[in-house]
Amino acid sequence: MKSKRSLLAGPYLFWSVAFIIIPLVMVFYYGFIDENGAFTLENIAAIASPEHSKALWVSIRLSFVSTIICFVLAYPLAMILANMSVNQNQFIVLVFILPMWMNFLLRTLAWQTLLEKNGVINMILNFFSLPSLNIINTEAAIILGMVYNFLPFMVLPIYNSLARMDRDVINAAHDLGANWIQTFCRIIFPLSIPGVVSGVTMVFVPALTTFVISAILGGSKILLIGNVIEQEFTQASNWNLGSGLSIVLMIFIILSMIISAILDKDGEGALL
Amino acid sequence: MKKFFSRFYIAIIFVFLYAPIATLIVLSFNKSKTRAKWGGFTTKWYVELFENEIIMEALSNTLWLALLSALIATVIGTAACIAINQMNKAWRTFFMGVTNIPMLNADIVTGISLMLLYLSFGMSFGFSTILLAHITFNIPYVILSVMPKMKQISKHTYEAALDLGAGPVYAFFKVVFPDLLPGIFTGFLMAFTMSLDDFIITHFTKGPGVDTLSTKIYTEVKKGIKPEMYALSTIIFVVVLVLLLIINKSPAKKDKGQKRI
Repeated sequence: MKSKRSLLAGPYLFWSVAFIIIPLVMVFYYGFIDENGAFTLENIAAIASPEHSKALWVSIRLSFVSTIICFVLAYPLAMILANMSVNQNQFIVLVFILPMWMNFLLRTLAWQTLLEKNGVINMILNFFSLPSLNIINTEAAIILGMVYNFLPFMVLPIYNSLARMDRDVINAAHDLGANWIQTFCRIIFPLSIPGVVSGVTMVFVPALTTFVISAILGGSKILLIGNVIEQEFTQASNWNLGSGLSIVLMIFIILSMIISAILDKDGEGALL
Repeated sequence: MKKFFSRFYIAIIFVFLYAPIATLIVLSFNKSKTRAKWGGFTTKWYVELFENEIIMEALSNTLWLALLSALIATVIGTAACIAINQMNKAWRTFFMGVTNIPMLNADIVTGISLMLLYLSFGMSFGFSTILLAHITFNIPYVILSVMPKMKQISKHTYEAALDLGAGPVYAFFKVVFPDLLPGIFTGFLMAFTMSLDDFIITHFTKGPGVDTLSTKIYTEVKKGIKPEMYALSTIIFVVVLVLLLIINKSPAKKDKGQKRI
């Protein structure tokens, strides 16, 4: 009876081996061979070349800054949402998820319209005779695009961990004489760390690897590591180099996952 | 005072999140073809949208992909959950670990890994390769929505049904399945949404001539987006908004697990 039920996992076992594990093995295979099929470390070492290491460095810097900005914006927001009455917060959480249903390419493109030299934001700024904002095609515009696209991924896990928190613990802290700051630093924040950790990974990984946001808001001048890999595959057709660079990228993803696993031992901060 | 600041802060974030959406809606009524100029009010893009065969085909591809991939992923994922739930710890860890790979890995890596797979096996790129890719990244969403429900269900009701003479299949559909249903529904909905909004993985697994809305928009970014696209996304947005309002207004009992996305 039991073994019969295990058969139900058969399709998934097949699927995950065929479409998750084997493809990943292939990235490693292609990353370690040259065009002739001989073993080489060149594709990995290529990350050290000036243009690639620059792209990687820019990606790390921009995704790091966007993650911090997302955190700073999201934490107070999650706290406000978690403190609202149930009826209201269900609606508001939906309001924050709703933008995700509009195609993200179009949403990012709309920022182009807003940020342009004669765009909407500058028109408003000029109306109040304020200095105009020229950030389109700069790193600042890419950061804005990242924060805009990934903010919900930071808000939702933090909101979940705050909403799940036992109110009695907070009340107990107050009863025992802790003031608001003490309660926050010693009770609320430590208890919300699983949410923060999964929020940080949910923002950092897609920001580190994006090529779309930089292509739309950064002009074609700023290349992120994602843009380099995408070009190797779709334009240069150099799969070996593209795979080698992807392996380097995966090392960074795995590092950030290990850090989050250490900080969040129970794995309760998962987005779902 | 505190309440005022809270409201003010939410309002600012709200403007930040919705400014681009408002922009797109305004652009869908813009008579001029370029985004830079306001040429007067028109609804002609909404009419031309339905006559634009390329966009309509991309829309139908997108919807079929989302529907099929979500359905297949729901079936495979739910079946897997039933089996994984009664496996020993080693197998469970293996399955949950594998499930986490597409969730945590970068989309670009998932995309190119599948592209390399298709290339090595000489598969021709087209609708089916995109569908396989979408099912792959959708299954984890289903498993992660159904698994918590599975754990909540008491084994005793199922055993009681067997004791009372029900066959295993009948007992499952009569006793276990109804309790799983909210989780299955959430999983399906998430899978559908993820498939609908995906660009990166589709970009690497699609063939020439087959386009979803996302890939169509991406190729148009450099040439200039057709205003019909704005009209279409406005329609989609309004439809989803109305659906959400109806769901939120309905007095149906809400499941706690459902709102956690």
